[in-house]
Amino acid sequence: MTAVSPARAIVLWCPDWPVFAAAREAGLDPEAPLALTEGGAVHSCSAAARRDGVVRGLRLREAQYRSPAITVLPYDPVLDVRAFEPVVRQVEQTVPGVQIVRPGTLAMRARGPARYYGGEDAAAQALLETVERLGVAGARVGIADGPFAAEQAARAVRSSPVGIVAPGGSAAFLAPLPVGLVVDERTRTLLNRLGVRTLGEFAALPHGDVRRRFGAAGAFGHDRAAGREATGVAARTPPPEFEITAEFEPPLDRIDQLAFAFRVRAEEFIDRMRAARLVCTAIRVELDDERGGHSARSWLHPRWFTPADVVDRVRWQLQGAGLADTGLASPITKLRVIPERVDGTANHEAGLWGQGPDERVHHALTRVQSMLGHEGVVTAAVGGGRMLADRQVLVPWGDRAPERREAPWPGSLPALAPASVFRERHPVALLDAAGAPVAIDERGAISAPPVRFAVGSGASAQVRAWAGPWPVVERWWDAERARRVHRFQIVDHDGCAWLLVRDDEGWWAEARYD
Amino acid sequence: MTPAAPLRSSTARLERVDELQARIQGMQSTRLETRAVPTHPAFAGLLPGGSLREGTVVEAQGSTTLVMALLAAPSASGRWVAVVGMPEFGVEAAARFGIELERLVLVPEPGRQWLAVVAALADVIPVVAVRPADRVAPAEASRLAARLRERGATLIAAGAWPGADASLGVEMSEWHGLELGHGLLDEREVVVSAAGRGGFAKRRRSRLRLPDRALGFAVATESANDPDGAGTGRPSTAASRLAPVLHADFRRPA
Repeated sequence: MTAVSPARAIVLWCPDWPVFAAAREAGLDPEAPLALTEGGAVHSCSAAARRDGVVRGLRLREAQYRSPAITVLPYDPVLDVRAFEPVVRQVEQTVPGVQIVRPGTLAMRARGPARYYGGEDAAAQALLETVERLGVAGARVGIADGPFAAEQAARAVRSSPVGIVAPGGSAAFLAPLPVGLVVDERTRTLLNRLGVRTLGEFAALPHGDVRRRFGAAGAFGHDRAAGREATGVAARTPPPEFEITAEFEPPLDRIDQLAFAFRVRAEEFIDRMRAARLVCTAIRVELDDERGGHSARSWLHPRWFTPADVVDRVRWQLQGAGLADTGLASPITKLRVIPERVDGTANHEAGLWGQGPDERVHHALTRVQSMLGHEGVVTAAVGGGRMLADRQVLVPWGDRAPERREAPWPGSLPALAPASVFRERHPVALLDAAGAPVAIDERGAISAPPVRFAVGSGASAQVRAWAGPWPVVERWWDAERARRVHRFQIVDHDGCAWLLVRDDEGWWAEARYD
Repeated sequence: MTPAAPLRSSTARLERVDELQARIQGMQSTRLETRAVPTHPAFAGLLPGGSLREGTVVEAQGSTTLVMALLAAPSASGRWVAVVGMPEFGVEAAARFGIELERLVLVPEPGRQWLAVVAALADVIPVVAVRPADRVAPAEASRLAARLRERGATLIAAGAWPGADASLGVEMSEWHGLELGHGLLDEREVVVSAAGRGGFAKRRRSRLRLPDRALGFAVATESANDPDGAGTGRPSTAASRLAPVLHADFRRPA
């Protein structure tokens, strides 16, 4: 095998990028103890948390024990990528031809920048200045033969933010590093058992033997360990930029004003995508107001966005539940719309004879939505739960229904479901023969059989039939959401059946069989 | 059709003419043949023509289950259905009674714009159920009726509707399965009365199971379809009075 010296590469590394991105999104201080969790274990943590002894893979409870002041957020890989995108774009202005190794780490060829800026060190300084302008603190740069060695150089430096390994010195630089960096977990264990612990020891093994024993993946790792990396930097082609930002000076405080001001930009947004033969099926709208407030939300579309749809989503996000002509709490200074999901137009082409009735239904529902707001038109699904109101899942038209959890739900009602389920419980009175409210003791026994029934504060009438109490005890481990109620079915004097609930406060109508 | 007795004053005559005209309107069909919408066979004896018709308005008052029963068959046959202004519409019950939730659209709180919402939905959704939020002016009702006719949509009004082509109401309701202190609700017998257009046609009554034990709908076997219209139930149900069932309406605080 001929020794190919890999091309010089620069790697820019932003330490703890997920933490930094999450802290910025949540408006927290990245210097404070902060951990991101995934599946109950720590995925990444801030430097302050690391000083307290929190490490990757630690159980959440253990991390909270070691660092009592820690803030815990869920890890969101999409956020990582999204937050990194502006950094990539800015770096591309400084140095073209950038490869995203992962969010937080960028690789690029060294030759061009080194000549342009007059030396590798100067190029590294230019990069660091670029990211610092974006407010990313503590970034580091490594320069070496091949991107792998360069990344290790960036991670290894302690005193200065730039680590440069001289040409041809990669093998010697990598030699003391642990072998786990280039091979997977199983192979690492095996190599450790064989007494191979560092990259230098691994590189000393004959290449042919490594390939025979560990296959292509092992040989690839062996090349990296020996500083003979075959893969260079694969620069990305910057994707066309679709997101639009509208800044308002002076800030706008009325929704209709803003919708009007944004209409042209929305058309431009959709036209630009259409020119690239793309349609957008999900967008993200971000709003900044004058008081420093920030609101962001993703909107899905059952088909694809037209300019009017984009304006509608912006309006809905602004108005919440209010009406179109109401003023805003704080004037809006900046509006950003980012396409979250795009698709080729070919996949959404209308059929020759139209798409049938569903398309028309969609148009009508969209029209009603623009009259009443996003939440005004809903589709329904049956969800899980014991209480009837929990079981009806209402999803605004266009949004994705939450996944249904299949569970037996002991204590839920039998097959006959009430036709009217009240969204808010209504007070009722269930009285015994003496005119006193029927009470239920701790053991679930009623004080006296119910005889009369009244809705609200109306006149009471005779109860024709009744059955109960059927206890429903939920989430006793959660003090805030715990529920302990008793259910009754009764038939009133009209022949109408009710589902009543007795809790600590009194009697309520949960639903009516009418 | 000539009045038998001579009429004293001209105003009385005019009133008589008006009444007769209304009667004629009630008897004659306002349109040529309209197509039928799939309807549950239990309603065959109640609705004019035996089923729901495209472009008509049917009142269904006093029972949400009745509305669901009218919606179930069109939904099962692949049509979209919409429910407007009924925030307490029980989705689970609807699904169990055979309404396809994939093709069910709810507009729970249309507010003051409810009539505009109904008109927009009726353009494309073949069966729309609505509970009017307030009194419907006859002019608005006839404008909407024209739109329904043009689009071939059916409106089911869970409240008073001027000029409805048929009007269904629950006169008596009786639950089975629940006793004093034990049991479980399992089936209900109701007497549904139907009046034709303008209320002049003969009132028909039918005893239905809404719902029956298998969560379906059926005509109760002992039919209470008495011809003279002065309906009394079976002797065994003497306790259940044949008065309109007026349930407390929570939507409007008294």
